[in-house]
Order: sequence, then C-alpha cells, then structure tokens
Amino acid sequence: MTEVALQAVELVRRIEGDVAHTLVNGIDLAVNKGEFVAITGPSGSGKSSLLYLLGLLDAPSEGEVMICGQPTSKLSESERADVRLTRCGFVFQFHFLLPEFTSLDNVLLPMRAAGKMAEGEMRERGLALLSSLGLAEHANKRPNQLSGGQRQRVAIARALANRPEIIVADEPTGALDTKSTEQVFSILRDIADHGQTVIVVTHDPALAARADRRIHIVDGKIAEIAMRDGGELVCEGVS
Amino acid sequence: MKLLFNIAWTHVSTRVRQTLVGMAGVAMGVGFTIMMAGLMQGSQIDFLRQLVDTMPHITIEDERRSVPTQPAEQEYAAVQMADIANVGKRPGIKYPESVMSSLRSWIPGDVAPSVKTTAIIDHGGARIGITLTGIDPRREVHVSKLAAQMREGKLDDLSRAPNAIIIGEALAEKLGVKTGNTVLLVGGQGTQLNSTVAGLFRSGLKRVDESQIYSLAGPAQVMMGQNGVINQLRLRLNDPMAAQKVAAQVEAQTGYKSVSWQEANADLLSTFTVRDFIVLTVMGAMLLTSSFATYNIISTITHEKRQDIAIMKSLGMREYAVRRIFIIESVIIGVVGILFGWILGYLLCYGWSKITIFNPLTGTTVPLQIYYSAMHYVVAGGISLLCCAGAAYFPARKATRVHPVEIIRGAS
Repeated sequence: MTEVALQAVELVRRIEGDVAHTLVNGIDLAVNKGEFVAITGPSGSGKSSLLYLLGLLDAPSEGEVMICGQPTSKLSESERADVRLTRCGFVFQFHFLLPEFTSLDNVLLPMRAAGKMAEGEMRERGLALLSSLGLAEHANKRPNQLSGGQRQRVAIARALANRPEIIVADEPTGALDTKSTEQVFSILRDIADHGQTVIVVTHDPALAARADRRIHIVDGKIAEIAMRDGGELVCEGVS
Repeated sequence: MKLLFNIAWTHVSTRVRQTLVGMAGVAMGVGFTIMMAGLMQGSQIDFLRQLVDTMPHITIEDERRSVPTQPAEQEYAAVQMADIANVGKRPGIKYPESVMSSLRSWIPGDVAPSVKTTAIIDHGGARIGITLTGIDPRREVHVSKLAAQMREGKLDDLSRAPNAIIIGEALAEKLGVKTGNTVLLVGGQGTQLNSTVAGLFRSGLKRVDESQIYSLAGPAQVMMGQNGVINQLRLRLNDPMAAQKVAAQVEAQTGYKSVSWQEANADLLSTFTVRDFIVLTVMGAMLLTSSFATYNIISTITHEKRQDIAIMKSLGMREYAVRRIFIIESVIIGVVGILFGWILGYLLCYGWSKITIFNPLTGTTVPLQIYYSAMHYVVAGGISLLCCAGAAYFPARKATRVHPVEIIRGAS
C-alpha cells in the first residue's frame, strides 16, 4: 500500500486587506512517499502559495496540511519551525545561501540548527552530500565563488541535510541556464527515486513532464492533473 | 549556541569598519565613565578625608537634644510645666573625667576634653570673631590631626608662653600676625586677654583656618568666665564611618548631645548626594548614548540581512534563535568595546592624576585626586553591556518578526 507523505485538505489561503484576495482556493491533494510532483500554472495562479502552505512556511486560512498523517494546523510557530527543520527541505528560485559562509557551512546550517549530530558526523554528511552533487572541490568556497548552477546544487544539498521526508522546490531552475537546469532536475528526480517526496513548482512544461504527476493550478484551484502512465503523463482531469 | 555565535561572529567580522565604530563608541562611553567616577569619588574622598582629619569624629556638648522633663512631671501625670528658665545653671559637662573614663572602656577610639567658647581677636585694628578651643596638648594628639597640621611651632608650645594660642594660617594672614606676635582676645563677658601666637596650623578647610584658635584649657575657661569648666568632649574613632552609630550610643549613655561629623556636616553631605545623582545621571547618559552606535550597527545589519533572516526562518530556525544572533553580535561589540574602554578609562585616570591644580582655598598646588576602584569598571562595563543588549534587541525583534514568505517572494 502506498504511504501518503503529505496531504492537503480543502486548503484555502486568503489575503485580508482593503482588497481581499484568495491565493489558494480549496485545494485537496495527497502526495505519496517517493513521489515527484510538479505544480504548474500561469503566473499568479497560486502555485508558489500552495507550495509554501505544503512546506509549512505559511499557514492556511482554512483547511489542513498533514505531514505523514499528522495534522499541522494547530501547531505553534515554533513547532512548525521544528517540522520545517526536520521533515521539509526547501529549495528556492534563488539559492539564498548565506553569503559569508562556505558551501559546506551552508549545508551544515540545518544540521547545526537541529543539533542532533556530532560536529564530525555533520561535516562527514555535509561533505558526502556536496560530493554526491559534484561539489566536493567547492566545499570551502563561498557562494560568490560559485556558478549559478553550483549554488543551486549547494542549496539542494542544504535542503537534504537533515534527511527530510519532503523536498519542496519553488522554481529551482528559474534562474539557471539549460545545462544547470538539466543537472538540477536530474538531481531532484534522483532524490525522488531514492524514496524522498519531491514537490516542485515550475513554469517549464518539459521539466514538469518528467515528474510522476503534474498538477496544473489556475486561480488557486487545481485545473488539471496528469499522471505518469508508462513513459508519459496522461491527463486525468480534475480530482 | 555555537551556530548562533558563528553566524554572529561572521556578521561582525565581515563588517570591520562598522564594528570598530561600534566598539569605539562603547569604549569611549566606558572609558570616560570610569574616568568621571574615579575623579568624582577621588575628589569626594579627599575632601571627606580632610574633613574627617580636621574635625573630631564625635563631639559631646554640654547640652541636651531636647528639654529634659522635670521631676514633678515624671512623678505626676497631671503636672505640666512651661516656660522654665535655667537660672544660675553652671555650664559644662558634669564629672568629665568620669564620663571620659567610662567612654574609653568601650568606644573604638579615644576621647579628649576641651573648652569651646567664642571670642573676638583684635590686632592692628582688625577685629574678627573666632572660635576658641581650649585643649590638652597631650590628649589632643589622640583625637585630632592638629599636631600634623602645624605649619609653624608645635602643640607643646602652648605651654611655653603665657596665654599662648595657635591660629590658622588664613586667619594669621588676615590679621597680619606672625608667630611670636601678641594679639588681644576679647571674651563675651568683656574679659580681655593678651595672647602670644605660638604657632600656625593649616587644616585645608577654609572656614576652620579662618576662624579657629586653640589654646590651653585655662585661657579658654578664663574667656568663658567659668574656671574649671569642660564643655566639650571630642572623640576620634578607629573607623570614622562608624561615627553616627557610636554617637547615638554615646548620647544614650551620657544624655549629652553627641554630634557625629556626618551630622555636623549634613548639609555638605546632602550636597554630595545631589552631586552623585547628577554625575550618575550624566554617566548613565554617556553609556546610553554610546550604545546608540551599537543600535545603529545592528539596525543596519538586520536590514541588510533580511533575506538571510527569512532563509534561516524558512529552514526551521526559531524566531528567538535568529533574534539571539543579533543580540550576540551586539554583545561581541559590547564586550570588546568594554575591554578597550577599561584600558582607556585606566589611562585617562592615570593621565588626570598627573595633572596638578592650584587650590585657592589652601593656597597649594595639588594633584587631581583619582580613586581607583574595580567597582567602577564592573558597573560601567555591566551597564554598557546591558545597554548594548537592549540596543540590539529592538531592531532584532523587528527584523525577525518579518514573515519569511514576504521576503522570499520579494527576492524572487
């Protein structure tokens, strides 16, 4: 039986103010463990907002996000931070690495914040992660000494540092050239193939086509879902 | 904590110029505060030392603090007496030798008898009101520093000439008299006495040096018109600061009004309290102002690091942990600044202690009195550190309250 890693139940995110605006409008979604899900949609459709809700970076106005079956709506901000630290890994469009720190120090940051491993063990894991992403020789370089693709790979290594069940990536290839885009997507695919759940927001239909499932969002609602059937994604309509 | 310290250290060490400015601000505040405290307390202690050296620590006078009740009042509740006149009451302390003997048995110091009266000193057309104190030179050395304050002659010279007196240098200058000259003393009851100036003293307190005269007890008793009277007992304690407590005990034992040097100079000491308050306020303001440099730096860093703050929060670092990074930065700036401030403070104190000033009251040139105390360093450092932490807390709190999504969206 397939295990659900992440589930959204009637998720709503509203912006209150002079002009109220609904970013996510009643989305139901279940993502299985080890699944690679791509979220697509036009600009302003609410795909990043949905991703932030799924990654507990933002709190829903209504509805529930369950991570590995555990509801999160009643968690305090500190508890949500703990869940993000240990169970979710984030990759953003821009690398968002701490500029004064080396690649290795950036990767070690979540591990040190969690404080569950000895320093030697953390360094060993950090170097192994960088090595697995082809960055072994760049471990002691600062972000400004790396190319865009290398920085994004360091960001992925940082996201993987605490062995999270879920990796959430918001247009991780949006600022990369074709070669780096290919590298990053291959890495994310590989992560999913090794059992971690990956949810990626992307504008690129070719990349979305390489996911196990593509969810198309329009006006904060799921407009279309396409599932992999053999080699291709086949549209299944709206869930 | 190590992670937070590492991040904080990285922030401050990569902003060398800003960090140095902040540290310099703290160092200046701490250094000048230490200097002010040393200077203030030094001058105060020096003044008090002169005061304590010049005056008896406790003076027992032949009067009561309140009018004593009459025996009839004590015996019968219905009796009430008013307008009672002291008719023919002989002044002075009763059985002074017995009182002194009793006091010597328990007070931590010594006691000497004296006769205090007022008179006018007349010389060369100048007539000046003075206080004449008749003393016993052998006992006086145990209760005052008069012997050490002699500039010409010795205390024993009081016994070597008829009606000899010792007068303050300032008074001698006013009268134009020198040692060996004769002056005329005129008592309250018209008694006149030709006295020889046997010596000059300088206490350092102008009001004493201009109005105090010492003689043996005999001439003072003659000026009072009361032979054999002792109207003052003067006490000197091993610990001058215990004078108030001992004075109260003495008064309770003898019944005579016992005035400690603190009580005698209450107005002056209250002025010191006001001065202390003003100086402490100024020092606090200096330290607070110096922490504004730190506030400015932390505000700048938190503004520049909004994106990093958002990322650290999105990675799962708690708000208070991120906030703590900036407080640690401020503490690093504060601690290093305080260390330099301590060095600066010591050097300033040392430099000031080498400066000499002319004291018009005493007519001497004296170095500025500096009081070195570890407490000045601890207090200045402690307050400065608190100011630094406080200065960092508010910009850090504001910065870490920002929702990471807002920053990430903005950057994207």
